[in-house]
This record gives sequence, structure tokens and C-alpha cells, in this order.
Amino acid sequence: MPCEPMKIGLFIPCHVNALTPHIAIATLELLEAYGLDVDYPMAQTCCGQPLFNNGDLKGAAAAAHRFSQLFAGYDYVVAPSSSCVSHTACHYPPHTPGYAALQPRIYEIVEFLQDVLNVSALPKPVYFPHKVSIHQSCHGLRQRNHATASELMLPYQSRLERILALVDGITLTQPQRRDECCGFGGTFCVDEADVSVAMGQDRIAGHAATGAEFIVGAEASCLMHMGGILRHQHGTLRTLHIVEILNGKAAA
Amino acid sequence: MKDDSVNHARAARDFLQDHAHASWHDSAIWWVRHKRDVQAAQLPEWEGLRELARQIKAHTLSHLDVYLQEFEAKARANGVMVHWAADAAEHNRIVHGILAAHSVKKLVKSKSMLTEECGLNPYLETRGIEVIDTDLGERIVQLRHEAPSHIVMPAIHLKKEQIGELFQRELGTAAGNNDPTYLTHAARTNLREHFLSADAGLTGVNFAIAETGAVVVCTNEGNADLGAALPPLHIASMGLEKVIPKLEHLSVFTRLLARSAIGSPTTTYTSHFERARPGGEMHIVIVDNGRSDILGRADFYESLRCIRCGACMNTCPVYRRSSGFSYSYIIPGPIGSTLGPSRDIKKHASMAFACTTCGSCNNVCPVKIPLADQLVAQRARAFDAGAMAKGKKGGVLALRTLLGHPKLFELAGGAMRKIVPILPERLNSAIPYSRPGRELPTMPAQSFKQWWQQNRKKP
Repeated sequence: MPCEPMKIGLFIPCHVNALTPHIAIATLELLEAYGLDVDYPMAQTCCGQPLFNNGDLKGAAAAAHRFSQLFAGYDYVVAPSSSCVSHTACHYPPHTPGYAALQPRIYEIVEFLQDVLNVSALPKPVYFPHKVSIHQSCHGLRQRNHATASELMLPYQSRLERILALVDGITLTQPQRRDECCGFGGTFCVDEADVSVAMGQDRIAGHAATGAEFIVGAEASCLMHMGGILRHQHGTLRTLHIVEILNGKAAA
Repeated sequence: MKDDSVNHARAARDFLQDHAHASWHDSAIWWVRHKRDVQAAQLPEWEGLRELARQIKAHTLSHLDVYLQEFEAKARANGVMVHWAADAAEHNRIVHGILAAHSVKKLVKSKSMLTEECGLNPYLETRGIEVIDTDLGERIVQLRHEAPSHIVMPAIHLKKEQIGELFQRELGTAAGNNDPTYLTHAARTNLREHFLSADAGLTGVNFAIAETGAVVVCTNEGNADLGAALPPLHIASMGLEKVIPKLEHLSVFTRLLARSAIGSPTTTYTSHFERARPGGEMHIVIVDNGRSDILGRADFYESLRCIRCGACMNTCPVYRRSSGFSYSYIIPGPIGSTLGPSRDIKKHASMAFACTTCGSCNNVCPVKIPLADQLVAQRARAFDAGAMAKGKKGGVLALRTLLGHPKLFELAGGAMRKIVPILPERLNSAIPYSRPGRELPTMPAQSFKQWWQQNRKKP
């Protein structure tokens, strides 16, 4: 670690800010527990992914510009969202002012813990004696290499499995189609609501078939979508964001 | 013929009404994806092969004029007649001209998505020529007067019971006998008659080899071979992107093609047609039909690397749960959702949005077309052309404005958290998000921003 404590700009996706603030708080507390100086730039809104994915390249470029200015002063930008990190790190126009210097410093929280902090232990021991089924979210998986995608004939690795191995008592499993999309897809979930829900139902059935008590992932939007279907089904399976386990809150 | 006015989201909703059938469709096609994985995993060099195939296609597309001219010269030297068609209409005219000159009454065809794209069958039928599709799946959909729902497995949307009924009606098979072997034998017996009585055969082309002037056709049923060898006249129709430079490049693609398409190490037949059989005549029709426009577009030219294996369809979670008929273009799934909008963004815009951007298609594609990225790029064309779903552009522009105004943005979130919990159940369940079996998120008391201000904000 450098002598000067590194300064983290906390990037909280708009949907996490508005709908699942507990995931943002867990992320903040986890980073603070590692002794980091974390700031939350108050002017942040949305990274612009919904604009980009709906063809508004002008609006998306403006969002990229905003983001690059807002986070310019931090050593690292860290977010509890593999999808928003994929968008900001992989799809911003490369010539956005300030972006070239910022881009390599944008991290999803698990990536940050593993690749920047190189953590070998959690800040405080966590005992979570439950079976969890890992949900690989597509953008984290295929754009950020969070695990080896099942389509690729490459050696298997999985970031989420590696970090959850630091949790005591936990049992990890994954569904049979280990990385099929849950059907959230941003505005897809409204544009194509029927396909979206059909995909989510199948994904939940896959996770449930493992006998797990929790679906655990690193992308809040997929979890929100599956959570909505689970509540409709009155199922016992629950979704958890990985930071909720790592900071010990889910164990309580 | 395909209904090209179909809207993906609405058609998919209809398809999903029959839940049992939709679930079967998903499983049947996933099985093919699984077989693909098993086969690909047996080649340690799989990812290297994909990269090599990408490079060969990329090189060829950037020298397409050179290789097409070389191919034409070699084919002519082999005694093959070569024709160039700028569009579908010219292709159909050329084919009809050749057939008419030979007084052809009956044409047997092997599978060719290009002739589907050109609408060749109805064109010839209205001019008095009987067209018999000889690929079993194509034959099935032809008898049902349908378009193929998949480019490799044209009848994958049908269960054997439906095919049993069809064959009973059309081919006189025994009522209630849905045994696949029995039905296949019945189709084969029927098709043999057509092969023997046809005046001409038309095949598609999987690969055209510039170095030799030969075309290569891959099938599992041998129908292309019968169609090309029995009648005295053979026409091969090919898109201009099918050319590869040398024979030695072919094996890279044949190793990828069947493994990607159906999870088999190879197709049963990989047939090279270099010249007409003695006493016969062979023609090749090279078709552009919008391909050179795509070649000129930086965001989309890579789609021309496609070898039509269909792996992107098999892996696509949306395709599996909506079937080929939910897509307005003749080629469905991820590759169709870039090719269709490239051809006509207004007509095919809904295809570009029938995608969660999961990116699985990019990873199975044997020639590494960035399909998911192309679909998102097509959305920008839809946005600019005003071809988005009704009311959507306004919503996107409103979001664009909100993004620049943090206070307004936060205010909107606060309003949502206040209003949603007090929505009457009836209204709530009518919201597009929750309608088909999903609850709206539970609304927290405050946003993270509010929490931060109370708990962390430095004075």
C-alpha cells in the first residue's frame, strides 16, 4: 500500500442509489474497513448506459464527459456493479476529455479488492454457513472477465468464487447452465417484458435446483430483477449482493 | 414466406403463451448449444481456430474484389458459367433465365438461405416452375408454407407430432405414426422421385475457393449431391462474401462449421463442385444484394464474416424463448438482428432491441463477429431514423436531460420511492415491468445520497 492513503471515488449506480442503498452502504463500509479514504461525489447521476444501449450516442457521450470530470481527482473509482463498470470502462468514447487517464482506474468492487488491494483476508472474519448459488452477470462475465464464460474453451477461473473462499462456512454452487443471462438487460426488461420474465424464471429455477438458499452476484440490477420474480413466486430463495456477505452484514 | 412486419416483443409474447411448447423449444435448442460445447472442448486449439478463421475472413473481405475476380476466372476456366447479380431481383431473373433456356419444369433445391433472402421459390413458382426443397427441414417448412425458423434447423420449431400430421396429409404416412425414422424414410422415398424427375438442381454455397474456382457445399443428408449430380443442370447461388482465398484455408472453416452448428465433428458430406458433370452444365450466381453496402460500414462490415452456422441462435437466450418467427428478417437471432437492420432499419428495428446484450453470441461465433456490439450499434441507427418503439425516444431524451441535473435526478428518484408503495394493486400490476409475473422493487425509505448526507458528509 502507498504511504498516502489512496483516495477512492465511490461510484454508485443510479438504480443502487435509488432502490438498493443498502448495497451502496455495504460497499462503503467494506472499503472503509480496509482503511481506505472513500468519498462519494454528490453530483453523480447515471453513467449513461441506458442512453448508449438505446442508441442515444450524443447523450451517452455527454454522460461520459460528466463522469470523467466528476471522478478525475480520485486514485480509483470503485462501484458495486459489474455492468456499470463495464459501460464506463469499455464503452465510453475513448477521446472523452480526461477519460484516458481515468479509464484504467475504474474497478468493480471485487476486481478492486483482488487486483488493487490484493486482499488475502476480509477486514473481519465472516461466518456464513449457507449454500449460495453464484450468479455471473453477463457484463462482468464477458466484458470484465469475472469468470471464464462457458462458451470459451479456456481454463476455468471465477473471481466471485475466489473471494467467497475467504468466507467461513460458506458452500458455493452454480446452476446447470452456469452463466445464462437472467433477462434483465436494462430497458430490455420493459421493452421485452415477457421474454425478460421467462428468462428470469428459468434462471431462478436453475439456481433453486442447486439447493442453495441464496443467489449471490456482483450486479444489483440482475438481483433486483430476479428478486422481483422471486417475490411474485413467494419463493424462499433470496438474492444477495456479494458485498453484503463480504462485509458480514448478511451473516447477522 | 416470412411475415416481415412482425414486432419482436409482441410476437415473443404470443410465442410464450404456450409455456410448455416454449420451454421445450428452449431446451431443444440449448441441447444443440451443449453439444457444441462438448465438441469444441475436444479441440485444444479451438480458440486459436476461431482467431485464424476471423483473420482469414478479415483478410478476404479487405481484398474481396481481388479474390472474387480470381474465383470467377478460375471457375470460367473450369467451364462454369459465372453470373453477377446486384440484387435479389437480378438473381431471380438470372436463375429463371437459365431454367427457362433449358425448359426446366422441376427444380430440386438444397438448403440455401440466400434463395430465401431473394424469395426465389415464389418467383419461380409464379412462372410455372415447380420447386422442391430437398433438405428435410426445408421440405417440412415448404409443405407447411412457412419460412425456416432457424438457418441450420429450419423446422426446429416443430415437434414430431406436428410433422407426423403434416406427412400424413401431404405424403400419406400412417395416421398417428410419429416415429422420426419412419417419417424420415417417407420423406426420403418421396424426395427420391423428385430427384429422379427434376430437370435442374440448385444448391447454396458454403465456401467458394478463389484458387480453384470450386464451390463447397456442406450437408448432412447428401441432398445437395443428388441435386447437383442427377439432373444435367446445376446452379449454385452464393453471396459474394462466401469466397476464401485458398483450398488450404477451407479446413479451418470445416473444422469450425459443424462443431459450431450442430455439435458434430463434421458434416456428413463436404462436397466440392469444380466443374459440370460430363454432358451437363454448371452455373454460379454471385449475389451482392446489399452486401457491399455493409462492407462499407465501419460498424457492421464484420457481419460479413458469417459462415451461417447458427451457433449464435442456439446460444441466444432470447431466440430460444421467442423462436425464429418473432424476428422480422428472414435470418433470425443475433446475426439476423444485425443483417436485417443493416438492410432496412425501419422495418427491422425491433430486432436490434431483442437482446439483453449478454454477449454469449460473441463468444460462440466461430469467426468472432462482435454481434452484441453490432446490435447496440444498430440501435443508434434506429434512434437516428426515428424507428424506436413508440414513445421510447422521448423517454430516452428525458433521461438524457435528467442526467445533467443531479438535483432533478434525485428528485425523480424520491418521487418514485414515494409513489410506488401507494400504487393500487391494479395499477401496479399494469406497469409493463411487473405485468408478466414480476413485482416492482421494494422501495427503500431513502436513497444512498440521502443516507450519505446524514451519515458521512463532511461539513
